Amino acid sequence: MSYERVPGLVETVEAYGETTLVVDPARLVEACTHLRDVEGFDFLADVAAADYLGWGQAGVSGSIGTSGGRDLNWPSTQGYQALPKPKPKRFSVSYELRALSEHPRRVRVQVWLDDGEAAPSVVGVWPTADWHEREAWDLMGIPFDGHPNLKRILLEDDWEGHPLRKDYPIGGEPVRFSEEE
Amino acid sequence: MAVAPVRGRAEIYEGTRIPHPIPTVLRVPEELRATGDVMTVNFGPNHPSTHGVLRLVVDLLGEDVVGVEAVIGYLHTGFEKNMEQKTWWKAITYPERIDYLSYQHNELVFVLAIEKLLGLEIPPKATWMRTCLCELNRIHSHLVWLGTSALELGAISMFWYCFREREQILDLFELVTGQRMHTRYFQAGGLAEDIPRGFFAEARRFVDWMPRAIDDYEAMLSRNKIWLERTRGIGLLSARDAIALGQSGPVLRASGVDWDLRRAEPYLAYPECDFRVPVYGEGDVYARYRVHMEEMRESTRIVAQCLDRLERMEGEPWIADDRKVVLPPREELHTSMESLIHHFKIVTEGYRVPEGEVYVAVESPRGELGCYVVSDGGPRPWRVKFRAPSFVALEATATCLRDALIADMIAIVGSLDTVMGEVDR
Repeated sequence: MSYERVPGLVETVEAYGETTLVVDPARLVEACTHLRDVEGFDFLADVAAADYLGWGQAGVSGSIGTSGGRDLNWPSTQGYQALPKPKPKRFSVSYELRALSEHPRRVRVQVWLDDGEAAPSVVGVWPTADWHEREAWDLMGIPFDGHPNLKRILLEDDWEGHPLRKDYPIGGEPVRFSEEE
Repeated sequence: MAVAPVRGRAEIYEGTRIPHPIPTVLRVPEELRATGDVMTVNFGPNHPSTHGVLRLVVDLLGEDVVGVEAVIGYLHTGFEKNMEQKTWWKAITYPERIDYLSYQHNELVFVLAIEKLLGLEIPPKATWMRTCLCELNRIHSHLVWLGTSALELGAISMFWYCFREREQILDLFELVTGQRMHTRYFQAGGLAEDIPRGFFAEARRFVDWMPRAIDDYEAMLSRNKIWLERTRGIGLLSARDAIALGQSGPVLRASGVDWDLRRAEPYLAYPECDFRVPVYGEGDVYARYRVHMEEMRESTRIVAQCLDRLERMEGEPWIADDRKVVLPPREELHTSMESLIHHFKIVTEGYRVPEGEVYVAVESPRGELGCYVVSDGGPRPWRVKFRAPSFVALEATATCLRDALIADMIAIVGSLDTVMGEVDR
């Protein structure tokens, strides 16, 4: 099946039996409306954001003891066997779409964003995107333009930072009442 | 173009009932608020009938719900962040804890994602045993749902009956895996251990007993006047609204949409199993109850079919023979240097999973449980994201609670079958 008529289509990627349509963020809503109304993808299953900061920077593994080599206290710091393909921007947002029909089909729509760059909200296309986008904002810090209620969902309203970002340290969050207050 | 196959009564109400502009928040109209008669009540987060820590901010006009907003996040534990720090092998322990009622499904979806990236072949015995345990787990999850939901509407005895059968399932899990909950029995490549002796006899006894137990439940509830009055015609959700709100599982099927991932996107041994997908068109709490009951019957049938197949697989391998990913057999560690090295490498450094991103979905007891995984080719997942069906189900609260009475709110929220651990992750 070809998706050439999807508005704003940048690239079609086939991998692991899954189709990914990389779309220009500016035309995301147009593309999603087209996929829903023309291609029949009436069901939005998931919105998943990912942060690629530091992607592929651990270096390629050599024999133990090479430069930038191995820290014995941290297993699995030996580096990659092959460097992963570079990504166009820091963040990706992936929308998993389904057609609930006799012939089930699935497709992933993906947009790439820089830090602070907003994706247009698709709540108007699929109401279920409401909480998914709030989660992506809360945990990954991706703003969504035109979302009717974009506020934190899983963390409290005064939380600082977005914990699923790669530069947010694990165990580094402030713990209340633990200091000498 | 493609229209969802809808059976039963497709349109239970005109148009849409999804609130606008925020689909998940039912706002009180300004003129009603101005009368001063609307009272805002905070319900939860610590309330025994919210199945965990769900908070609902409800606006009441007398006994009528005129506004509602669900507030979640009280159980957020950062599973996804933690999994990025662990090797693939160690991360399998985490998903089970996300939805603590359907742990096998959560474990399965992550293991399937790893296997998809690795391109591992799974021995048939492991596939059938996974199917068997997943269906037992579905019955277990539905039993807890039925017991607690009925309890909230005053049917206390249901709770004891349901937990009696639940106990039998947990005993089976303990027999196979050594754990009653959070079994961690599925490994990338197959199962952690062979099926123990005595499992088939015990499982057969359960399969023979379960239909009679479901008869008991239905005798107690299906024609029970109070139960009917409390569940019929409330919490309405039409097929169109259910799809727009991304609902899945029993909620979607109770709204008349004939959709089940076990059939639509076959995985495990489901293509070879004979089972029916129950669909009801009323879109109310009673329809959701009917779907749950019939699914338990169908799951029992699937378990029986799995047992038939598994009994003939005595002596077959239960895990793939790929020493780069699968732990070597325990006894080899004493005699084989290579096995010891492989064991050490897998446990300390972990195995490497090829670069790529996949989205794998299974039909959990609550609906589409998805797992989006990104690998950078290293020994740890780069990103793991779960599509939690409970999270999405709670998005429908505002729509379902439109025009509801406060007393029905418990029944309606309960019928969405949410597990807060999975909602908040």
